[in-house]
Amino acid sequence: MSAVPATTAFAPISGARRRKDQFMRGLLAAGTIVALIPLVLVIYYLLKRGLGAISWHFLSSDPTGNFLGDPGGIKSAIFGTIEMVALASVIAIPVGVGVALYLTEYGKDSRFASAVRYFVDVMTGVPSIVFGLFIYITLILSGNVGTFAGWKGSIALALLMLPIVTRSAEVVLLLVPDHLREAALALGAPRWRVVSRVVLPTALPGLVTGSLLAIARAAGETAPLLFTAAIVNGTTFNLGDRMNSLPLQIFTDVGQAQDRLVARAWGAALTLVMLILLLTLIARFVSRRSRLT
Amino acid sequence: MNPQEAKEMTSEPPATTRGRFGREQGAATATPVAAPQQAGHRVTVGELNAYYGEQHAIKDLSIDFEPNRVTALIGPSGCGKSTLVRCINRMHEEIPGAYATGKVMVDDTDVYDSRVDVVAVRRAVGMVFQKPNPFPTMSIYDNVAAGLRLRGAKGSHLKERVEASLRSAGLWDEVKDRLAKAGIGLSGGQQQRLCIARTLAAEPEVILMDEPCSALDPIATLKIEELIDELKTKYTIVIVTHNMQQAARVADTTAFMLSGELVEHADTEKMFTNPDDDRTEQYVTGKFG
Amino acid sequence: MAAASVSTRSDDRLGFGRSSLSRLPDKALRWGLTVLAAAILLLILFFFIRLYIESRPVFSKFGVFGFTFDNNWDVSHSIYGALPLLVGTLITAATALIIGVPVAIAAALFVTELCPGRLRPPLTIMIDLLAAVPSVVYGLWGVFVLIPRLKPAEQWFTDTFHFIPFIGGAAVAGPNYFIGGLILAIMIVPIVSAISREVIATVPADHKEAALALGATRWEMIRMAVLPYSRAGITGAAMLGLGRAIGETIAVTLVVGNAPTIGKHLFDQGYTLAAVIANEFGEAANNPTHRAALIAAGLVLFVLTLVINAAARYFVVRGSRGRRIGASDAATAGAAAGLGG
Repeated sequence: MSAVPATTAFAPISGARRRKDQFMRGLLAAGTIVALIPLVLVIYYLLKRGLGAISWHFLSSDPTGNFLGDPGGIKSAIFGTIEMVALASVIAIPVGVGVALYLTEYGKDSRFASAVRYFVDVMTGVPSIVFGLFIYITLILSGNVGTFAGWKGSIALALLMLPIVTRSAEVVLLLVPDHLREAALALGAPRWRVVSRVVLPTALPGLVTGSLLAIARAAGETAPLLFTAAIVNGTTFNLGDRMNSLPLQIFTDVGQAQDRLVARAWGAALTLVMLILLLTLIARFVSRRSRLT
Repeated sequence: MNPQEAKEMTSEPPATTRGRFGREQGAATATPVAAPQQAGHRVTVGELNAYYGEQHAIKDLSIDFEPNRVTALIGPSGCGKSTLVRCINRMHEEIPGAYATGKVMVDDTDVYDSRVDVVAVRRAVGMVFQKPNPFPTMSIYDNVAAGLRLRGAKGSHLKERVEASLRSAGLWDEVKDRLAKAGIGLSGGQQQRLCIARTLAAEPEVILMDEPCSALDPIATLKIEELIDELKTKYTIVIVTHNMQQAARVADTTAFMLSGELVEHADTEKMFTNPDDDRTEQYVTGKFG
Repeated sequence: MAAASVSTRSDDRLGFGRSSLSRLPDKALRWGLTVLAAAILLLILFFFIRLYIESRPVFSKFGVFGFTFDNNWDVSHSIYGALPLLVGTLITAATALIIGVPVAIAAALFVTELCPGRLRPPLTIMIDLLAAVPSVVYGLWGVFVLIPRLKPAEQWFTDTFHFIPFIGGAAVAGPNYFIGGLILAIMIVPIVSAISREVIATVPADHKEAALALGATRWEMIRMAVLPYSRAGITGAAMLGLGRAIGETIAVTLVVGNAPTIGKHLFDQGYTLAAVIANEFGEAANNPTHRAALIAAGLVLFVLTLVINAAARYFVVRGSRGRRIGASDAATAGAAAGLGG
C-alpha cells in the first residue's frame, strides 16, 4: 500500500495532524496562562493582605521595634529607600550614561570597547548579594567593622544599577541617527558640543526610561543592603548612619512570628510594589514620547 | 505512517460522494474526477478583491489559467501580480490585516469556500518564492522530504519520492552524493531547484512561482526555465515575472496587470507582437514600468 | 599639544586649525569617558581579587576542593564544607529550569506566533511585569501563601509517588527545595521569555512562509521553521535563567528552609549558596573564619554565575545572527527583566 495515495482533490489533512495542531496550540496558550497566574496571585494577595495595613499612621510613624503592642509603621523604611536609591541614582546614572557615551561615540568597535561591553554584560549577571559582599569587604571590613551606613548601601545599589543603565543607554544612543551627528560636525561643532547639544537631547527620553527602570530595580533590592546599610528603626536623613529600607524592613518582618509584624510586612510590600509600579509606568510614558523608538 | 492515518486514508470514499474537500457531503461535483495525478488542473479566478488593511490591492479580477499551461503574469512593480498569486494558495491572508473576497476555483473547488481546509489548499497549490528559502537547519534530503513527512511518508517510499522529485527538478545528479549535507550549502540556482523539488515532492496540482529567477544568474535562470518547460506536462504553472523576455521564452499565455486590474490576457506571441490594449503595448515596448 | 595647523581630525573638516585651547574640552571629554570605561574593568578585577583574599583563611584551612565539596557545614564546630549548599543550589536551580523554561518558551511562542495582534502588547507587558516584583515580595508571598496552600498537594504527591527515589514518602517540610525551585521558576520566566521572544522574532519570514506554503499546520510550521532556527538563542535564554536562579538570594532563603544538610527528597528542607550568605552574615560578624567561609561561598557563587552567563551570552549572540543589535537588545531585555536578588 502506498503510504501517500495519489489524490485528485484537496484531501483534507489527517485528523491526527489537525488534532495535534489544536492540542499544541492549546498547550502553548495554557503555558502562557500558567506564566501569568503567579502575577495575578501575588497582586491579589498584596491587595488583600496589604491594603488593610496601610493607613496614614502606617506611613508616618517609624517602626517601634516592639514585639508586643504597637509595632509602628514604615516611615523610616520609606525615607531610607528614597534616600539611598536617590544617592545610588546620582552615582550610577551619570557614570552609566558616561560609559555608554564612550562606547557609542569614541570606543565603537575597538577591542578595548568590546572588552568594556563584555564586562558590563558580565556585571548584569552578578548576583546582587555579591555586590553587597564587595562593598562590605572594601568599605566596612577594611575600615571599622560594623560601620554600616546608608551611603555604603547606596554604592552597592549603584553597582547594581550601573550595567542596566549602561546597556539601555547604549541601545538608545545607537539609535540616534548618524546623520544628525555628521550634520553638526560638518558645521564645525566640536565633539563635546555635538554630544551635549545633539546626541543627548535626542536620546533623552530613552535615557530617562532606562534610568527609571534601573531605579525601580534598585528600589526593590534587599541583598545588597543586608550588610551595608543594615536595619534600624528611626528615620534618619544622615546617609552616614545606618539606614532602614523597605526591602529590609519586609525581610526582617517576614521572619517574625507576630501577626501584626507580618501585617506590616504585607503593607510595606504593597507600598514597595506600588512605588516600583509608579516608576515603571512613568518610564513607559516617557518612552512613548521618544522620537527614536 | 501510523495505522490510524492509513485507515483514514484508505477508508476515504471516492471523490464523487464525499466531495472534493472531503469534510462534508453534498459537494457540487457530479462527474467523478478519477484522472491520474498527471492530468492538468484548471484555475479560475472569479471577481477577486484583495486588501492590505485599507489598501485595495486587487480589484474585481477574473482570469482563467488553462490546465498544463504556463501563464506568465507581467506588470510594473506594485501592480498586484504577487498578491494575485498569493491569493491562489491563500498565503495572502498570512499578512496581518490582509484579506481577500471572491472565488478562486481549482477545478471544481473554491479554495475560499468555508468548508475547505486552508492547509489542504496549500499542499495542493505549491509555491516557489523569489528568494530561494531552503530550511537552513535541514539537509538536502530533509528539505525535499519536509512536505512528505508532514503527511506521514516514511522509509523506502519516502526515499523514492525524494529521488523522483530531485530528478524532476533536474537536481538529482548534482546532489545524489551529498543528500545529507546542508541545504544552504548549495549555490543560488541549486537552492532554487531544491525548493522546486521540495514543492514537487508535496504532489501539488498547481505550481505558483513568484519571480523565481530574479535572484539568480543567467545560467541558473536558463536551467530553471528549461525545468518549467518540462514541468508543464504534469502541472499547471503560473509564473510572476518582471522580465518580459522570460515571459516570452517560457509562457504559453501571458497576462498583463496594472494597478490591481487585469488589462489583457492572451497567447504570449500575440501579447508581445500585437496586443489589443494600448497600455499593454506601451508596457511591452518599454514605454513605462 | 601641537600648535594651530591644518588638522586632519574628523571633527575639523573645514581644515582650519583651531587653537589647542579650544580643543581642550574635547580631549577632556574623551579621556574622561575612557577612564570611566577602564575603571569598570578594573573594578571587576579588583573585587574578584578582594573576594579571593578575604576567603583565603578558609581555603587555607580546608583547601579549595575541601571547602567546595565537603559535605559538612557545621558552624558551631567551625567546619565549613559547602557541598550541601552547592547541592541545594543545583536542586533548586534545576527545579526552576524544569518548571520555568517550558512555560517561558510556551509563552514566548504563543505571543509571537499564535496570539492575535491586539493581545500581544498586554500579554508582553504582563509577562514582563513578573520581573518588576521584588524578590523579597515573592519571598513574603511564598512564605504565607504558597507554602501553606501547597503543602497538602505536596503531601499527596509524595505519598502517591513514593516509589520514585527522589520524591520519597517522607513527611513534607513546609519550606523545601521544591518551593524554592518553584519561586525561582516564577522569577526566571520573564527573562527567559523576553529573550526567547527576541530570538523567535528574528526567524526570517521566508522560512515560515516556505513551511506554510508546503501545507503545514501552524504548529508544524513552528516545529519546522521556528524552533530549529531559534534553538541556539533559546538555549542561551535558558542559561541566563539558570544564572539568575543560581544567584537569587532573598526569595529563596525565605522559602527553602535553610537546613545545612543534603536533603534526600524534593520536599525536604535545604540550603543554597546565596541563602547561606544572607542568613548567616549577621552571626558571622565577629567570627573571622565564619565570615571568610561566607565570603568564600560568595566567591564560588560569583565564579559560577560568571561562567554560566558567559556561556549564555555566547548562545544568545549565536542565536541572533543577522541582527546587529541582537546581543544588545537581548542583554537589555535581560537587564531590565532583572538579574540578581
